[in-house]
Amino acid sequence: MEHSIAIELKGITKRFGQTVANRNVDLDVRRGEILAILGENGSGKTTLMNMIAGIYYPDEGKIFFNGKEVIIRSPHDAFEHKIGMIHQHFKLVDLFTAAENVILGVHEKGGYDLKSVNERVSQIAQKYGFHIDPKKKIYDMSVSEKQTVEIIKVLYRGADILILDEPTAVLTPKESDQLFDVLQRMKEDGKSIILITHKMNEVLAVSDRVAVLRKGEHVATVNTKETNQSELTELMVGKKISLNIERTMPIETKKRLIVKGLKVSNIDGRKVLDDVSFHANGGEILGIAGIAGSGQRELLEAISGLQKIDEGEITFINPKKNKPVTFFHKSLQTVKDLAAQNAFHTESGHPVSFEGMPSKQIKKWVEAGEILFNEDEIINLRDKTPLQIRELGVRLSFVPEDRLGMGLVGSMGIADNMMLRSYRKGKAGFLDRRRPRQLADEIIKRLQVSTPGSSTPVRRLSGGNVQKVLVGREIAFSPKVFMAAYPVRGLDINSSYTIYELLNQQKKNGVAVIFVGEDLDVLLELCDRIMVINSGKISGVVDARNATKEQLGMMMTKSTEDHAKEMV
Amino acid sequence: MNVWLNFLVDSLAFGATFIYGSTGEIITEKSGHLNLGIPGIMCMGGAGGCYMLNLIGQSNIHPALIVLFGICASFTAAALMGLIYGFLTITMRANQNVTGLALTTFGAGLMKVIMSKLDATVYLVGPRMMFRWPFAHRQDALQTLGVMFFLAIVLAIGASWVLYRTKVGLQLRAVGENPATADAVGINVTKYKYVATSVGAGIAGLGGFYYIIDYMASQEAYLSLESLGWLSIALVIFVLWRPHMTIIGSTVFGFLFSCSSYIANIEGITVTMAAKPLLKMLPYVVTIIVLIISSIRNKRENQPPASLGLPYFREER
Repeated sequence: MEHSIAIELKGITKRFGQTVANRNVDLDVRRGEILAILGENGSGKTTLMNMIAGIYYPDEGKIFFNGKEVIIRSPHDAFEHKIGMIHQHFKLVDLFTAAENVILGVHEKGGYDLKSVNERVSQIAQKYGFHIDPKKKIYDMSVSEKQTVEIIKVLYRGADILILDEPTAVLTPKESDQLFDVLQRMKEDGKSIILITHKMNEVLAVSDRVAVLRKGEHVATVNTKETNQSELTELMVGKKISLNIERTMPIETKKRLIVKGLKVSNIDGRKVLDDVSFHANGGEILGIAGIAGSGQRELLEAISGLQKIDEGEITFINPKKNKPVTFFHKSLQTVKDLAAQNAFHTESGHPVSFEGMPSKQIKKWVEAGEILFNEDEIINLRDKTPLQIRELGVRLSFVPEDRLGMGLVGSMGIADNMMLRSYRKGKAGFLDRRRPRQLADEIIKRLQVSTPGSSTPVRRLSGGNVQKVLVGREIAFSPKVFMAAYPVRGLDINSSYTIYELLNQQKKNGVAVIFVGEDLDVLLELCDRIMVINSGKISGVVDARNATKEQLGMMMTKSTEDHAKEMV
Repeated sequence: MNVWLNFLVDSLAFGATFIYGSTGEIITEKSGHLNLGIPGIMCMGGAGGCYMLNLIGQSNIHPALIVLFGICASFTAAALMGLIYGFLTITMRANQNVTGLALTTFGAGLMKVIMSKLDATVYLVGPRMMFRWPFAHRQDALQTLGVMFFLAIVLAIGASWVLYRTKVGLQLRAVGENPATADAVGINVTKYKYVATSVGAGIAGLGGFYYIIDYMASQEAYLSLESLGWLSIALVIFVLWRPHMTIIGSTVFGFLFSCSSYIANIEGITVTMAAKPLLKMLPYVVTIIVLIISSIRNKRENQPPASLGLPYFREER
């Protein structure tokens, strides 16, 4: 059956400052079809759709609605053309009922008659096979019910074209299936549905056509029936591009961090990490690839003690065999406790016992470096706070993706931000300000941070400089494990290469580097091994020197069930 | 028996001051703005009304018009204060607490200046009986209830009706709960906020006018007005942001606030000078208890508007 064209985009370009989010995109949406928009993170899917929905305005290009050129400047304009978008983050008033949320902002004739609204909401729900109680308050609703309210909100306003931005990201598989049934019914009703997604199985299961975006450009639109997974993956990730990132062979790798059977749930009780097991070696960069939100963040936070763990073990191996114990990260009490467990020997090989010794004497010995470890220290990191982890002598550095939220304090200067790591040092309750300032100056000089001075608030610096400050601080802590989440996101080429260089340096120093990245080309050239995470599960670890982009793309997008089948 | 009836009617009459103050503050807070300037705004409402009466109090126009002009002037003066608050907190996104406190100091001070220039024989002595309509000539307790008392009741019930039974109210509450959502569905957030802060302040201002002209009807009344403003803000919490409940809440507050002077007349209980301030503390103690109970019960409907006190701007979308 041939369908008429509902919306046509011609030569759409959108820039944000220097970066081009969409370049010269031509696309058409037909009546009565489900069009999937497929692409990696940052490929410009959502931006493109936001331009149809009136959130953004294109810099170049034209939008045609029913063959006529239209100008869409606000969500309100979009509604006039019967276009409605369901965003990933719901915009609902928690305290209101479903029906009250639906009629917010609707201009209708007649008075305020909640009863008739309730009825109409129920009618719409019935027509498309939703289940919703119009009188239920939003705060009592599950995520999928909230999504239903959002969809009904759009339908109530008479939308014929529905854009859904990653609708299944928050749903259980069963809820997703229900949603797809509803979408089918809408399609049969003559509505056009645009599905933004990166889940291959969904694309193949529900869509009629697939438009693939890569790096902001429209690569191709194909009929779902005439394509397959590997073709789509290839279109999505593209050919490999050489980046010339320096990579050395790892030397003397040793297990440094071992994660076993890790399970983590989020606030809603949904599993975000399911049975994750892997190890990171010292002197090696372990890349973590995956679609955004597959559990990367929770994994790093669980390791650094910021995330509650349901099950599993996280073990850190401190390579201390035959090396002296120091007070650098251990308190006197910890040293005494370890000695009681027979953990030490002297330089001459005699076992150490501190029993009955005065603290002064013990301190003297330790400070002289005469007390050596028998074995590598094995430290359990589960259920420890970041502070406890530090006190155990585990030098763990974490560069979070939210640099100015979790990493640095935006309104403080570089020197003060250095102090976030050392505020516990200092004498008699006073802070030691001298050393942080020295460190700040050193970082500014060594990493070429462009800033007016070490007391300029860091939020005034550019993204690249902010990241240099953060990475510089974490490296100055001389870590044994260095974890970085999307460290080059939003950075220009030069800053990115500086960061790669710093990571490589850490690797050469024997640090276990964990690098969560999104650009597959970078992961393939920078890392030694790449672990792929898919919906909270590990779908495999590959050797970065032999792996291909398609292989990674497949591992990232394939539904886990399919994958399990293949493994059997 | 008569003593108790008098006491009740007096509590009601006194409470009307709070009804105005709290209803005004509730309307303001429902838009997401915490206006701590209410005491100063009530002062300015009083001063504005009295100033108008000072102009027309002894002219020959119909008494009803004099009352009406007084009320309008009071509302306008207070609404202007609300507009200043609105401009600072909505457009300039100044800190709501600081702005409110500054307005309280400003309003209370300016009122004292204005009131000291007015002639009490003009604005008070003549007009005060006009405000007692329709019970002006009765000899019993009802005499203390006048047109502005009933206006307070009407406004409180009306405010509840608008908030919970009309679409304007629904949209106003949406603005106070989640302005980003309201904005996304095409509600003019800024407009709603301005109207709510101005109208809310205007209504609160009437409370000050009522207190000076009608309830106290004395020249010194304005000196105790500011503290009643604070009590009105406490009452907002006491009634859990429901305007119609202020009618009961304000009576309870009026009862508790003035019981120190009544208790002595009943059954021969003696109240020492030291105990009086303690008794005046009761409304606040009760408010704290209500706050604790409502926090423990943790029912979503009984919580303050979700975005109360937070400035809204569209940000980078």
